[in-house]
Order: sequence, then C-alpha cells, then structure tokens
Amino acid sequence: MLKNFLGWIDERFPATETWEKHISKYYAPKNFNFLYFFGFIATLVLVNQILTGVWLAMNYKPDADLAFASVEYIMRDVDMGWLLRYMHSTGASFFFIVIYLHMFRGLLYGSYQRPRELLWIIGVVIYLAMMATAFFGYLLPWGQMSFWGAQVIVNLFGAVPFVGDDLSVWVRGDFVISDVTLNRFFAFHFLLPFVLAALVFVHLVALHFVGSNNPEGIEIKKNKDENGIPKDGIAFFPYIVVKDLVAFIGFAFVFAAVLFFAPEMGGYFIEAPNFVPANPMVTPAHIAPVWYFTPFYAILRAIPPMFGSQFPGVLAMFGAIAVFFVLPWLDRSPVKSIRYKGPLFKIAIFIFAISFIVLGWLGMQPVSPGKTLAAQIFTALYFAFFILMPWYSKIDKTKSVPERITK
Amino acid sequence: MRKLIIASVMVLLPMLSQASGGGVHLEKANVDISDQASLQRGAKTFMNYCLSCHSAAFQRYNRMGADLGLTDKQVAANLMFASDKVGDTMTAAMPAGEAKKWFGKSPPDLSVIARARGADWLFTYFNSFYADEKRPFGVNNTVFPDVGMPHVLVDLEGGLKKPVFKTENHGGHETKVITGFEPPVSVEYEEITRDLTNFLVYVGEPAQLKRKQMGFWVLLFLGVFFVIAYMMKKEYWKDIH
Repeated sequence: MLKNFLGWIDERFPATETWEKHISKYYAPKNFNFLYFFGFIATLVLVNQILTGVWLAMNYKPDADLAFASVEYIMRDVDMGWLLRYMHSTGASFFFIVIYLHMFRGLLYGSYQRPRELLWIIGVVIYLAMMATAFFGYLLPWGQMSFWGAQVIVNLFGAVPFVGDDLSVWVRGDFVISDVTLNRFFAFHFLLPFVLAALVFVHLVALHFVGSNNPEGIEIKKNKDENGIPKDGIAFFPYIVVKDLVAFIGFAFVFAAVLFFAPEMGGYFIEAPNFVPANPMVTPAHIAPVWYFTPFYAILRAIPPMFGSQFPGVLAMFGAIAVFFVLPWLDRSPVKSIRYKGPLFKIAIFIFAISFIVLGWLGMQPVSPGKTLAAQIFTALYFAFFILMPWYSKIDKTKSVPERITK
Repeated sequence: MRKLIIASVMVLLPMLSQASGGGVHLEKANVDISDQASLQRGAKTFMNYCLSCHSAAFQRYNRMGADLGLTDKQVAANLMFASDKVGDTMTAAMPAGEAKKWFGKSPPDLSVIARARGADWLFTYFNSFYADEKRPFGVNNTVFPDVGMPHVLVDLEGGLKKPVFKTENHGGHETKVITGFEPPVSVEYEEITRDLTNFLVYVGEPAQLKRKQMGFWVLLFLGVFFVIAYMMKKEYWKDIH
C-alpha cells in the first residue's frame, strides 16, 4: 500500500531520489568535529526566527505611535507572547554567534578553497542578507537605541560622494527616521528571511554537489569503493543527523538558559536604552549598535575623515565584509586545513581572531583617543590577515596531507 | 580546539559584565520579586505616591492582583485610585497636558522604567533626594542632577536631608562633591524604597516569575533529552570505524 503510494509519487516527483541524493545517500566525512555542528544549528535557528517572527507579526504594529506599545502588549497580554519575543530576540544574537563560529570553521579548515569557492561566496551573501535582516529588525521595537542606531547607520549612506544626501533620504523615505521608515523596514524585515531561506537552499545544493570539507582537509571523493561510495564517508542520515541532534540539544540548553534566565544578557542582547520609546528630540548619551555589528562599527570609527568626508570609513567598514568574497583567491596554500598549514598561518589567524574580538569590544565603548588608536591598530591587523595572505600562505612551511582519514 | 575554547571564552566574558556605565556610585537594591509581601507594600506606595502623576500604561490592575496574590476585590478596594475597572491599565490621575504645564515635561511612563534604568539606579535615586535652594521645588538628586520632580516621598522619609560636601582638588580646580547626607538615609525609609523598587522591577516584566519557573522545566527536559540523544548516537555510531 505504502509502496504503491510512493511509487505513484516517484513517477511524478523525484521524492525517493531527492531523499537519497541529499539525505540517506549523501556521504559526509566521518571525522567531523565540534565546529561542524554549526551549519545544522544555524539552519534550525533560522527556522526559529521565521516561525517566532511570523507569530510576533500577528500582534506587532509597524506604526511609530503604536510600535513600542505593541511590543509591550506582546510581552504582557499575548499568551506566551513574552516567550515568542525572547525566542526571537535571543535567537537573533545566537544566530550571529553560530554563524561567526561557522565562518571561523571555514577559515580554520580552508573550506573556501577549491572546489568550494562558490559555496563560500554564497555563504558570504547569506551573511550579508542576515546583517540586513538584523538591521531592519532592530528598528521595529521603536526604542531609543532602535531609532538612533538606525539614524547612525542610514546616515552612513549620506557619506557617499555627490548622491549621499539624496540616497539617505531615499532609504529613509523621509528626512529623519520616521513612521515611513518603520513601515518599510518592517516590510523588508518580513521579506528578507525568506530570501535567506532560499539562499540557504542554494548553499546546501552547492555543498552537496562539491561535498563537505573536514578538519583534515582531505577530499573523501578521491577514495571511493567499488560502489562509488567514499571510503571515509558516512551517510548523512542516520549517522550525521543523530550526532547533530545531540549537538543541537546541547545548543538548545545554552540557548534556553539565556532565554529564561538572562534574556537581556546584561544589556548585550537587549540594550537598556531600548526600553525608552524612540524620541527624535533626545539623543542618548552613548549610541552603540548591538554586539554583532560592533567589530565593523569600530572599523568605521577608526578611519579618520578624509577631505572632510566620512566616506573612507564607510568604505573600510563594507570592505571588511567584502574582503571575504575574494578570500578563496588570496589563499595560496597547497593545503586546506590548519592542521597541515605552517606557523605563519597559525599566527595570522590567531591575530585575526583576537582583532575581531577586540574590535567588537571597542565598538561598544565611547570614543577616546586611546581607544581610537587601538581601533586603528586592530583594524590594520584585521585587514593584514587578508592583504598579506597571498604572501604568507605561499612561503609557509606546510606538512603533507595523508590520502585517507585515519583519525 | 584549545584555541577555539579560549576564543569563545573571550567572546563571552565581556557579556557577563554589565553593559551600563555612568560615573555615579549606585547602591545595591537587592530586590527579590518572589517576595509577595514586599511587592504588595511596593504596590501600595506606588499607587499612593507615583500614580497620581506617572502612568504605568502597559500594566493592568487585575494582572498585578493575580501576580501579587490579591483578589480583584482587594485590588479595587485598596489599590485603585485612578480608575474603576480592574481590567484597566494604570493611567495617571493627572492629565498629561497639565503635567507639562506644571513640571515643564510630562512625567515619563513607568511601565518599563526598571528595565531602562536598572533596579540599583531606581533604589539609589529614591534615596538621593536632598535640599537644594536653587531648584524650583527646593530639592535635587545626586543620581539625577536637576531632576524635574519634587521629592514626593518626603513624608515617608520624615523630612528633607541636607547634603554633606567635600571639597576635592583636581590640579588647582576645586570642586564640591556630595559624599553623604545629614541625617543619613534611615533603614525604615530604605525598606520602603526597596519595596517600591521591587514593585517597579515586577511591573517592568510581569512574566519574569513564570519565565524562571518554566525555564527550570525546559532545562530539565533538555538535560534528560540530551542523555537519551547521546545514547542513541552512540548506538548508531557502533557501525563506524
């Protein structure tokens, strides 16, 4: 009965074929470590964001007079509204934590190298879409930080030579952040997650075409048995799935601990000034973006104005992200994984990771001459990781990579 | 792997410390929102002294009653002066337009003030009103300089306290710093303001008691589920060599 039904479907839609190709007969390397959990987890966090987001939208009002009150209405009068809201706000921050670890994994094990350049580039596009979504979403609670954070970021467009002022008015739809801006940001914040989901699908199609990398950086497709199955590969279902499930529950534990016991995370996930309704007449003493944007904000502030324009800083900020697009062609190393790379790469990536964290901290702090200098030094180190890579990755002493995965 | 752990600890460490800054020293409020008696006393002070000018427009009377262990009847009889329906939210008795005329600024809504300012700030604020001839109401505040409101709790405190100054010398600059009050803040008054702070912390997020209760069960469930999932993974992975 069930077999007949499935047969009927399969004649009309490749159900079994798709299941086998992408799930039950997709072979992944058997040596995935801790860092390989985050792609799976990120997908589930995206699902969480979309579901809770749609339910929040049922009670949220994208109107400058009602938005702040509607969020509090969700927190107090909607059944389990507070849970939906915290799942969404905590999810936003955890999405970035997970994605940063996912990207760092890519850097450690050379997952951007041939033949995965396009897979990596699609990933960077996903990251950009995510940042845009987060930026639009942060305006919606319509608190002071929402308002002034958006004001600062939209003003960046004003720094573009010649067309800047018109451009920022075009983005806002008004001369200041207003009801018009809130309405359009809500529209984009609702749309973009579905674009994101489509991009994740493309990311997975690309991944399943080239195959997963692994901590050894060994191509498992080079060693196949008589049935064409990679000797060091294991089926995604059930093996990888049951392993990822354990990791996901571990992640959910940490997630729930924050959600239920520290949803504001000491002011880092939900900033205290955002509990004051947006007021265009009162500028907060200190405007800082949410933590996941602060490394780039620190880079923006580190670059001094040139020829009376902030544009160089804006370029540096976007450049800090855009440089990821060309990463596959900057790395001249013959090996993928850090395990077989030489000391130069290890030092470089260590300095890069430290720079990113320090810049993230600096981006939260009020400006002072000492901190600006520090931000300039770490901005230079951040870019040095990429700019010097063609040189240090070429002369670095690498170890030879074994044929098969043994550990 | 080891580097990764170090890196992630470094990311998480600054999150543990407070994000707020500001130069003023704040007293620890030490409030406990599971203490219903304290919340009830705080509610009484709030209704009698705050709600005439400030609103708490997102907070409903009956929700407060349910969370504080009071019946609708008790709420209506003892805590409702500005409204007559228990399903109403806490609007101020004073019209907003008038308030602006009297104080130069409409008194802010207090629904989420505890989340914007923090419990310690509120507690210190309540305890830091002092006599200052130069201000329109004759009072000032150390954590909120040139505050617009009068010291409404002055009767509860039993009189206005005077500041104790110390002159500090910063490279030739002489500045007067307030180091304390005369008479010092009484323990009785601190208890009143602690209860009031506690109540405002509750009003800031009425769901927080339920949130923590539910969180306990969620973590317990995930803990058990983790063990089961781990055992399942081990069973499946017996095939892999």
